[in-house]
Amino acid sequence: MGTIIQTKNLIKDYHTGDITVRALKGINLDISKGEFVAIMGASGSGKSTLMNILGCLDVPSGGDYFIDLVHVNNLNKKELADIRNQKIGFVFQGFNLLSRTTALENVEMPLLYNRSVHYPDPAKLAIEALAKVGLGDRVHHHPNQLSGGQQQRVAIARSLINNPSVILADEPTGNLDTKTSIEVLSIFQELNDQGITVLLITHEHDIAYYAKRIIEMRDGLILKDYLVDKRKNAVGDLDNFKVEEIKSL
Amino acid sequence: MRLKNLFKAAIISIAKNKMRSLLTMLGIIIGVGAVIVMVAIGQGAKSQVESQINSLGTNLVIIYPGAARTGGVSMGAGSFTRLTLDDVDFVKKNAVTVTGVSPVIRTGAQLIGGIGNWSSAVYGVSPDYLQIRAWDLSSGDFFTDTDVRTRNKICVIGQTIAKNLFPDQDPVGQQMRIRNVPFKIIGVLTEKGQNANGQDQDDIVLAPYTTVQYRLSGFRFIGQILCSALSAKTIPQTEEELASLMRQSHKIQPGEDDDFTIRNQTDIAEAAQSTTDVLTTLLASIAGISLIVGGIGIMNIMLVSVTERTREIGIRMAIGARGSDILTQFLVEATLLSLGGGIIGILIGIGTTKIVNDVYGWSTSLSVFTMLVSFGFSGLVGIFFGFYPARKAASLNPIDALHFE
Repeated sequence: MGTIIQTKNLIKDYHTGDITVRALKGINLDISKGEFVAIMGASGSGKSTLMNILGCLDVPSGGDYFIDLVHVNNLNKKELADIRNQKIGFVFQGFNLLSRTTALENVEMPLLYNRSVHYPDPAKLAIEALAKVGLGDRVHHHPNQLSGGQQQRVAIARSLINNPSVILADEPTGNLDTKTSIEVLSIFQELNDQGITVLLITHEHDIAYYAKRIIEMRDGLILKDYLVDKRKNAVGDLDNFKVEEIKSL
Repeated sequence: MRLKNLFKAAIISIAKNKMRSLLTMLGIIIGVGAVIVMVAIGQGAKSQVESQINSLGTNLVIIYPGAARTGGVSMGAGSFTRLTLDDVDFVKKNAVTVTGVSPVIRTGAQLIGGIGNWSSAVYGVSPDYLQIRAWDLSSGDFFTDTDVRTRNKICVIGQTIAKNLFPDQDPVGQQMRIRNVPFKIIGVLTEKGQNANGQDQDDIVLAPYTTVQYRLSGFRFIGQILCSALSAKTIPQTEEELASLMRQSHKIQPGEDDDFTIRNQTDIAEAAQSTTDVLTTLLASIAGISLIVGGIGIMNIMLVSVTERTREIGIRMAIGARGSDILTQFLVEATLLSLGGGIIGILIGIGTTKIVNDVYGWSTSLSVFTMLVSFGFSGLVGIFFGFYPARKAASLNPIDALHFE
């Protein structure tokens, strides 16, 4: 298995006036292809900072970061944009879809920004990606016509479209109810079963246990890094959920 | 990002705020519309002046009496009349680059005939006069060289006199008294309208210059000599030839100044046109300023739009848009806004010009060139004033943009 993400002594400092805050104090991370990793930590643990750097939205103050063997530290803004476009798929807590733009157009957008590959028919790929997340019949709906779970699935389809090296999901279930959360997690598990690397950032243990490996952070450092023994199965949980619903009727 | 998608995204965001987009465009609409109307009015005035100048005659060259010089002090043109019939004869006999020569002896006179009396100007001219001034007769005949020799008491009248003295009858063949001298009307001129100074050119009586000189005015000197050059191109040669002939006729020694002035139609036309040109430029630049003000309006709205759409910019950047993609997107939007305003402005400009023309009767001349220039200029205004907001959008930090509330 090749290494997808590798960090060596990653450091990030924030400057506010005269005060310098060290948000990351030396993170060493190795994530291989096909892993499903949950990064856990309370707010202030540095997990969002780490996520921004891993997502190439921000650059580290020290240390090294390699994604797909590309040394990110040395890249300029344009190259960072291209990395985000071609190697990373983002899924956010707030969905971050463009309003007044159909699901299809939202999903195909990363392809339109791709400068190295010209896609002759981006719409066809977008429809396929939407079908993969079970929204084949919602292609022309606008975000405001979709439920939260459906919007998040559109966002997942968008993150998939460029065949990224890794999907970065930042609190993807934060705005969703339990059942919808499990539905979304079942999609991540399914994608991971197909060999896609998923990096999930969350502060909830319940959610983290759907991953294969958990990295716990505290105060800018990795506290624990372990494999999950009793991994949760989203499809099974969903069935249980339905059984309970029927019972309660 | 492909052009098609860029335009689509721009149109979506323009359509999102219809009222705001329209108000933003309004500055450009008014600017472009005003430029088109103002230039159309200016050009209309210019072409009116041109046609008036052309109505002076064909390839006209005019000899005026020169300024008298008394002890080194110039008394101004015409202060000392020194054009005589001998000059006319000399020029007529020797000039080879002219097609016609006519003296003009002007005198005011009271006309009595037809249904009443009328005060008008009587011009003593030669039979060449009609050809020189490119004028025609609507009825009757013009006088001949024989009439000039015999000082015949016949005349040709303009439309204004025909209408006022002979409203219900054919003036040709009628008698008319000019300063109590009976004249026979042998022809009526076609209508020529006003000249560049607003004078009615049809309020005129033409008679043989000999008749006017000996029977009416008694002046020995004549006001001006009209000549027509062979063609517009040969006007400079004609001027030179006439100058040398006049110097011979007046026996002016080399080194001495001319005692006459020669001017041509182009000089007169240029003087009149420079006035209308100044006017057109003035009107167009005032209108152009409103275009720039419109551009500032676009910049203002684009700045607001960038702030409002910070999150959208963040999303686009997160999924891989480069700064240049964002820059292009906002530039296309600003340019579409201003070009849209340009198109509406052109339509409104054409409409307003038609109204000015039809309702107020001003002569106007719509110019496609002006439309293209103002359309292009509105596009440039969009790019120029859209650039700063677009740059601001493109330089946003993706994290800050994503977390902007």
